[in-house]
Amino acid sequence: MAKAFLVLDDGRIFEGKSWAATGRTFGEAVFQTGMTGYQETLTDPSYHRQVVVMTAPHIGNTGVNTLDNESRKIWVAGFVVRNPSTITSNWRSEKDLEAELIEQSIVGIQGIDTRALTRHLRDRGAMRVGIFLDVDITREEMVIEVRKTQAMSGAYLSEDVSTDQTYVVPAIGKKRFTVAAIDLGIKGATPRALAARGIEVHVLPFNANFKEIQVIRPDGVFLSNGPGDPSTMNDVVELVREVLAANIPIFGICFGHQILGRALGFETYKLQFGHRGINQPVLDKKTGKVEITAHNHGFAIKAPPDAIFNTVYGAGEVTHVGLNDGVVEGLQLLERGAFSVQYHPEAAAGPHDAAYLFDRFISLMEKYPRAQAVI
Amino acid sequence: MARDESIKRVLVIGSGPIVIGQACEFDYSGTQACRVLRAEGIRVILVNSNPATIMTDPEFADATYIEPITPEFIEKIIAKERPDAVLATLGGQTALNAAIGLHKAGTLEKYKTKLIGADVEAIERGENREIFRGIVEKIGGQSAKSIICHTMDEIFAGVEILNYPVVIRPSFTMGGLGSGIAFDEDSLRQIAGAGLRHSPTSEVLLEESIIGWKEYELEVMRDKSDNVVIVCSIENIDPMGVHTGDSITVAPALTLTDVEFQKLRDLSIDIIREVGVATGGCNIQFAVNPDDGRIIVIEMNPRVSRSSALASKATGFPIAKIATKLAIGYTLDEIKNDITQVTPASFEPTLDYIVVKAPRFAFEKFADADPRLTTTMKSVGEAMAIGRSFPEALMKALRSLERKEAIFKFPADLSGIDVAALLLAMRIPTEYRLQQVQQAMWAGANIEDVFASTKIDRWFLHQLDLINLRARELAQPAELTLEYLKSAKEMGFSDVQIAQLRGVNEDDIRKARHHLGLHPVYKTVDTCAAEFEAFTPYHYSSYEEETEVRPRTKPAVIILGSGPNRIGQGIEFDYSCVHASFTLRDAGYETVMINCNPETVSTDYDTSDRLYFEPLTLEDVLEVVHAETLAGPVLGVITQLGGQTPLGLAAGLKAAGVTILGTSPDAINLAEERGAFGKVLAEQSLTAPEFGMAASQMEALDIAARIGYPVLVRPSFVLGGRGMEIVYDNTALSSFIARATDITPDHPVLVDRFLDSAIEIDVDALYDGSELFLGGVMEHIEEAGIHSGDSACVLPAMTITASQQKSIRAATLKIAQGVGVLGLINIQFAIAGDVLYVLEANPRASRTVPFVSKATGVPLAKAAARISLGSSISDLRSEGLLPQSGDGIAKGISVKEAVLPWNRFRRTDGRGVDAVLGPEMRSTGEVMGIAQTFGESYAKSQISAFGPLPKSGTVFISLADKDKSSGLAPSRAFAELGFKLIATGGTADFLATNGLLAHKVRKNSEGSGPMGEKTIVELLNTGGVDLVINTPVGRGTRADGWAIRTAAVQRSIPCITTTAGFSAAVEGIKALQRGELSVSPIQEWLKK
Repeated sequence: MAKAFLVLDDGRIFEGKSWAATGRTFGEAVFQTGMTGYQETLTDPSYHRQVVVMTAPHIGNTGVNTLDNESRKIWVAGFVVRNPSTITSNWRSEKDLEAELIEQSIVGIQGIDTRALTRHLRDRGAMRVGIFLDVDITREEMVIEVRKTQAMSGAYLSEDVSTDQTYVVPAIGKKRFTVAAIDLGIKGATPRALAARGIEVHVLPFNANFKEIQVIRPDGVFLSNGPGDPSTMNDVVELVREVLAANIPIFGICFGHQILGRALGFETYKLQFGHRGINQPVLDKKTGKVEITAHNHGFAIKAPPDAIFNTVYGAGEVTHVGLNDGVVEGLQLLERGAFSVQYHPEAAAGPHDAAYLFDRFISLMEKYPRAQAVI
Repeated sequence: MARDESIKRVLVIGSGPIVIGQACEFDYSGTQACRVLRAEGIRVILVNSNPATIMTDPEFADATYIEPITPEFIEKIIAKERPDAVLATLGGQTALNAAIGLHKAGTLEKYKTKLIGADVEAIERGENREIFRGIVEKIGGQSAKSIICHTMDEIFAGVEILNYPVVIRPSFTMGGLGSGIAFDEDSLRQIAGAGLRHSPTSEVLLEESIIGWKEYELEVMRDKSDNVVIVCSIENIDPMGVHTGDSITVAPALTLTDVEFQKLRDLSIDIIREVGVATGGCNIQFAVNPDDGRIIVIEMNPRVSRSSALASKATGFPIAKIATKLAIGYTLDEIKNDITQVTPASFEPTLDYIVVKAPRFAFEKFADADPRLTTTMKSVGEAMAIGRSFPEALMKALRSLERKEAIFKFPADLSGIDVAALLLAMRIPTEYRLQQVQQAMWAGANIEDVFASTKIDRWFLHQLDLINLRARELAQPAELTLEYLKSAKEMGFSDVQIAQLRGVNEDDIRKARHHLGLHPVYKTVDTCAAEFEAFTPYHYSSYEEETEVRPRTKPAVIILGSGPNRIGQGIEFDYSCVHASFTLRDAGYETVMINCNPETVSTDYDTSDRLYFEPLTLEDVLEVVHAETLAGPVLGVITQLGGQTPLGLAAGLKAAGVTILGTSPDAINLAEERGAFGKVLAEQSLTAPEFGMAASQMEALDIAARIGYPVLVRPSFVLGGRGMEIVYDNTALSSFIARATDITPDHPVLVDRFLDSAIEIDVDALYDGSELFLGGVMEHIEEAGIHSGDSACVLPAMTITASQQKSIRAATLKIAQGVGVLGLINIQFAIAGDVLYVLEANPRASRTVPFVSKATGVPLAKAAARISLGSSISDLRSEGLLPQSGDGIAKGISVKEAVLPWNRFRRTDGRGVDAVLGPEMRSTGEVMGIAQTFGESYAKSQISAFGPLPKSGTVFISLADKDKSSGLAPSRAFAELGFKLIATGGTADFLATNGLLAHKVRKNSEGSGPMGEKTIVELLNTGGVDLVINTPVGRGTRADGWAIRTAAVQRSIPCITTTAGFSAAVEGIKALQRGELSVSPIQEWLKK
């Protein structure tokens, strides 16, 4: 196997071996601490333009299968693992992971000290990174190449990941509600979770306008997860304000949460290294209960965690906080049907502790029926 | 929220003696519980009969009762101490059963105290299979199809429905005791019959067989606010059919997708909620069909378990500590994660390394035991290893077992490997199945062949293939480059293995490796895959880029632990290591522990300043020394506290330039090498039993003729009493040599004079180079010839005179001087006639150190550690660590009794193994009784070890001819105590001629009488006997004695096999008949 280098923005270089597709790749280096779920991670559009470092040392043991894909393709910009599996062992497996990565031209690197790399990113923050083959440019030149690439701060990526055209995921069983989901990089698990609760989900492109939403006559609007810097999302923020004004219930997840936060007037900021894993404790401030949740975010909302705040749309509050570092993890309006969480109740990968939030969305749609909405 | 302030006094129930299935992991959990409760200002009352535990050290509780863990004794403690709450979920099945007993007896209600952690209803929901099944069904899970049975008839009816093979599981037993798989009616009759007996409720479960399915275990914790976290997932490499305790296991689970893992997680959470474990930990086992993923819930333990200890060590999440905090009212989010210091305990640990646990067995000690691994746990210990890949962790785990058979071999010559035979053999799981797999694959078997034979997941088999592939590369004559060597080390190959592959020696590889600058780095177990900074230096090695060992300025002392528990080397040695660490930390040193046993207190991350979870081999220890030397000053390594394992490394470490603290390797050699030790004794005019070394059978007979029968005979190349036998005549000697040895000039046989009916004495002492401190002089209750580890003993010695005591002290001093001890020494003496014989000396902490420390209140191991670092006994006296003057004095009379694992083993024909003591040690653990009189103390020790002695009833007596005279007095005493005596022919006649009436019963070999008179075995089986006295003749398995003893063991009838034990039982029963045995805490004894 050819030698390969993982080169960080700050000049640190890790040597490993080429894996998966050969070539060069660039992105933001982030680490993911889940011990299961590499396939869901790879196909999660929120990882678009990121080079993902898996902290679990053995990756690929169970191969890949069609059912566990979270979207139509692999999104990560590069994949960093310590020991890729050279065998696949699982009754649901259809293909070898490396073969899949090669087919989708995803550049990887293996055999590096992923723990040292993770510690470095933890201490210095997520940063730009490049993976290089053992080619004849110097280490200095590699670092220069990395520094030429765009940083994640300020990145506008929705157009890369969103669907071009609206599509409908039918309700399972009796249809109870219609929801317009704005696709900012939606994972397949979300429409599945909604559909399982009798919701017909119309997945709209990121640049859908309010009229296009109105046409569907939705009982609620869902704002999906997705990649990029929320501060670039002015258009969608405006769209959300229209939805809020129309009093249509809103549920936002992850990127969608940040956008709802911005629509309510809050700013977002970039975390040092983000939260990426499936073991994150979040406190539900109302019940005092802790849920173990899946996270994948590099940005967060600045909102007052302990007091009721006022917005143009009435009073609101922070409903959930991350217990590891106090980050705002959930918001809600008290006088309208809008709430959002920074983490992933749809899991995939990760625990199902927060699945109740989908039921909460349903209660909101019941509490604020369409008849009252200004459509 | 926060803590329940109404709880001010808590009774913690320990787990008693170390037995198979319940080992020192419960000392680890109990010790954590005591620490947590005391830190909260709660008065801690502890009951545990096991003196070798850290938790029973007086400083860990306010009132420590070293008393039997029975509802009767615990009631006395409750009456005296009036605890607000009882914590029984950290003491294994023993504590849980005691708690249920207290509930049933109404004791909890009577004294208005409550169980915390899990209540009786939750315990029953978790453990009663029928109720549990209902729960699984209710939450939408599946159980294996099964039928509850209470009689053999029901069992036969059940198997008609389920078909063979069926699994049999008795209710309310621990470690899978009494369970097994029946393939036909014979095996069903045998396993299910035993299962009905072992179950306290005479209940067994018959279950459809899911042998060969993938097996998983999840460790779950819940708090009173219903927050639930999964601490760890564990995957068994050995699929269903082998008890988890006997399986090689790996954490985290490696062959499940997230979708499948989350199903197990969801089921676990629903189960803990539905069972209603209010707070604390439990573990839930699952089987997963490898073909379609169908999940079966196997069982749950509503308490902290062996797996919890493993999971704690594997993740850095201290389950027992947190379970205790939850039990007194905290919630998970209120508890800080010790390791990160900033994040809460309400999270799920994530691992960036692989953990492998491998079991250690003791089949060589039970020659006739069935070696097949089943659903009854048979291993006596385990080793854990951590690596950054599965092969690395596996290879480290296998070398941690300290068995050469466990280490993968890569012979160049494949002609000796019969692949077909191996593929056949590995169908039946045994101790070295994984080695069979590796050998077969080395010789060409492919993954599918092996999978067909074993059902071990192909992913694991592929990893073995990769190991073999690397070995093949290493065997090539190419130069050993850095890259080449590094890739081997990354796979976990030891220097020894690489040397063997390349036909050089270990030292050459090490030199070459060091020349290339290739050392391991040390990573940290931090619960969070490096997401947060770790503040606890809990390290493991790996061959990677970055090391996390922090520099330090304080001088370090490295303490070597004792590795996996095994018979002869268990918790007692861990106790000494932990004590050394505590005392040296107090004395201002930085303590560094190296050990690989996940069950222990020594491998708790807050026992020492730094913990290296590493195999105890020369290579692994040298690398830690190297890493720590780079970090700061290292004073040296302590090898005398962890038993034979570290002692065996001392010479190699010294040769590599490492300072050995305390007794030097030369001195160790002087004591261990027979010839050299003989000279020491001769110089000091001390006597040892005569012996000789025979290279042929003729020579052996000559030596025996010279020194006189009986003789103790053994092969010279095994240690620890293995293969020893006492023989009384030429015929037996010849037969032993033919049967048990492979006598040649290279493999000589040792023939020792055996001191028949001698009193055996065990001494633990400290020596600092000039002064001797005699810690304790223990007298064995069984006479010389029974391994000291299996013999009961009493402190103070009861029958020796003041002048004998004096000469013992003088001889101890002479030996300590002659050998050159600095620290602890243990010497075994025998007194026969008027002569004091020296049997052996071990210049290290012995198995009895904790017992002596408890009985006298003197912390011998702590003192030894300090002496190793240059303190004198007089320094320690003035510091208060040792008494101001004089030797150790026993407070009260303490009896130590050994606990034997007879009921765990069966022969391949399904019958029990012989329950007879001999010169080979077979006990797994010990208990202590302490009281004012020998009788009371002995009675307590027997109750703790075997269950109550009868106060009245029928005693069966069968004495070997050599024991008849010494057995007369106790037989008479039993008659006077009101017991009915029964005996077989010879013994009955002997008693009659001495004026004692004993009812004659038929021997087993005689069969039932013409009028249906029962044989003794039938009588035992029908419950007509309350106590069995049966002394064996030599070691030959005389069918009658064996049948009697095994029947007694299987029926849990107390069985005494020596006349000394018989006499002691008289005293014990007298004490019982006199009435109440009182309880009092060790703290009160030590004030006396």
